Amino acid sequence: MPAPVISASALTKKYKDFAAVDGISFEVAPGESFGLLGPNGAGKSTTMRMLGAVSTRTGGDLDILGLDPDRYGPEIRSQLGVVPQADNLDQELRVRDNLIVYGRYFGIPRAVVAKRADELLEFAQLSDRAKAKVDDLSGGMKRRLTIARALVNEPKILLLDEPTTGLDPQARHILWDRLFRLKEQGTTLVLTTHYMDEAEQLCDRLVVVDKGTIMAEGSPAELIRVHSSREVLEVRFGSDRNAVVAQQIAGLGDRVEVLPDRILIYSADGEAELGELLRRGLEPLTSLVRRSSLEDVFLRLTGRTLIE
Amino acid sequence: MSALSVPEPVEGITADPIRGSGLRPRRFGAWYIAEHRLLLMRAYGTTILATSVGNPLVYLFALGVGLASLVQAPLGDGRGGEVSYLAFVAPALLASAAVTVASEEFTYPVLSGFKWNPVFIGARSAPVSSAQIADGVIIAVILRMVVTCVIYFGVMVLFGAVPSPLGAVGIVSATLTGLAVGAVIMAYTSTVTEDKGQMAIIQRFIITPMFLFSGTFFPLAQLPGYLQWIGWVSPLWHGNELGRVLAYGLNEPGWLTVVHCVYLLAITVAAWRAARIIMTRRLDK
Repeated sequence: MPAPVISASALTKKYKDFAAVDGISFEVAPGESFGLLGPNGAGKSTTMRMLGAVSTRTGGDLDILGLDPDRYGPEIRSQLGVVPQADNLDQELRVRDNLIVYGRYFGIPRAVVAKRADELLEFAQLSDRAKAKVDDLSGGMKRRLTIARALVNEPKILLLDEPTTGLDPQARHILWDRLFRLKEQGTTLVLTTHYMDEAEQLCDRLVVVDKGTIMAEGSPAELIRVHSSREVLEVRFGSDRNAVVAQQIAGLGDRVEVLPDRILIYSADGEAELGELLRRGLEPLTSLVRRSSLEDVFLRLTGRTLIE
Repeated sequence: MSALSVPEPVEGITADPIRGSGLRPRRFGAWYIAEHRLLLMRAYGTTILATSVGNPLVYLFALGVGLASLVQAPLGDGRGGEVSYLAFVAPALLASAAVTVASEEFTYPVLSGFKWNPVFIGARSAPVSSAQIADGVIIAVILRMVVTCVIYFGVMVLFGAVPSPLGAVGIVSATLTGLAVGAVIMAYTSTVTEDKGQMAIIQRFIITPMFLFSGTFFPLAQLPGYLQWIGWVSPLWHGNELGRVLAYGLNEPGWLTVVHCVYLLAITVAAWRAARIIMTRRLDK
């Protein structure tokens, strides 16, 4: 196995007494697409800022591209592309100028950065908007421009902090497509998300993070296999009846989760469980059989849903 | 400038592509930030030029020509005897022009860089350091102050308001005055996380009184004794007096001229350093 491009060991970030990141360890291989999945406040963004050589760790070891970010911050950041959670494009500049100004921060000569800006606008499907003000772009376009900006230095590692939060489904799919292309070209991707479908789409491997610690690690399929069943039966009886019904369905499937609005029955065969339910004379208002997702893994590991 | 420095060099940086890639940002990061700031100023470049030319015209005409016709008291503080009110007021107006630029550029644009158009946070992901971001912002404003002062000085010459050829050095002393005031504002603004009107307060309760009580329009000695301390602590008073020494040989002891220079430089260095530290604390969380 080639040397990892990121290696974190017992990585910790404390603000006074509060540990935002509490001793997490992981490695990312070159070309890999690695995800940090967790709810808001899990410590994902803090981890990303440490990986981005901006925030200094308060404990543990961190090695990025063979260098210690405490000493080689500028060198490491020269090799990174960063897509922050909140866009911080320069809204007062035009689209193309945003790329040029940013490229200059890396010491890239003006002529080179101008050429790259045009290529990146092409890649981000924004060529026809080169002269537009950033303010006039849609949310999805701003996101694509931010990604284009993150690529201006041809980074070895791209860090994406919740890249599609707040975007509509179509904009998300366009973005995923662009990220998938980068992955195909061999760029290492590290992304945080609280969307399971995003993690499943983009990540080769991920860690589930909660309260600053890693709860589980593996590929999406592995995590689902280990921590959940193949299928899930979701039934709703109305919020006032769920608790009562829960007692009557005890023993169904491998495991039952009672949520405020619905009941989840984990099983290898969801349809069979639904049949059994009906045989017991229980008629749900709605029922749905679906494949297990990372959301179920998260629920199992933390007892909480991802988006609360 | 001593406050301007390159982040500590790290041994072992070689021709290695990864380690070498930090070399240029380590050296020139502040200038890249300045480049960006100047590009932003270009958006209102026409306004900058128009006010740079318009302000001296208006002020020199109103004060140096208009008000001067009413000022009967002799201003006998030049080494060569009495000087006209125009010659007296012009070097101070030059310094005030630089302070005005500083109070514009180090308030909202800096606050905005953290909040409404968070370009500082964006820049921090690139190889530049937080201290370089502070440096770059300051460098760009120095350049703008120099442009404003050169134009202002040109208009002063046209009005015949600069008796001594040394007066041109007043461009430097005025810029330094603007920088001393500006660096303090910059350090303060970098601590502001919520806009509760602090910028307007700076303008109304610090900058404006400073203009009025810094010996700009009349000698500080005209103020009652209990108000004169405002002038002594005000960088603008030191800048005004320094400008007068240069423009017409204001008759003051040599040690006082040295005090003006040292005071302005000391404030600049201290506030500039504070701005870098505050910026770093805020952006490197």
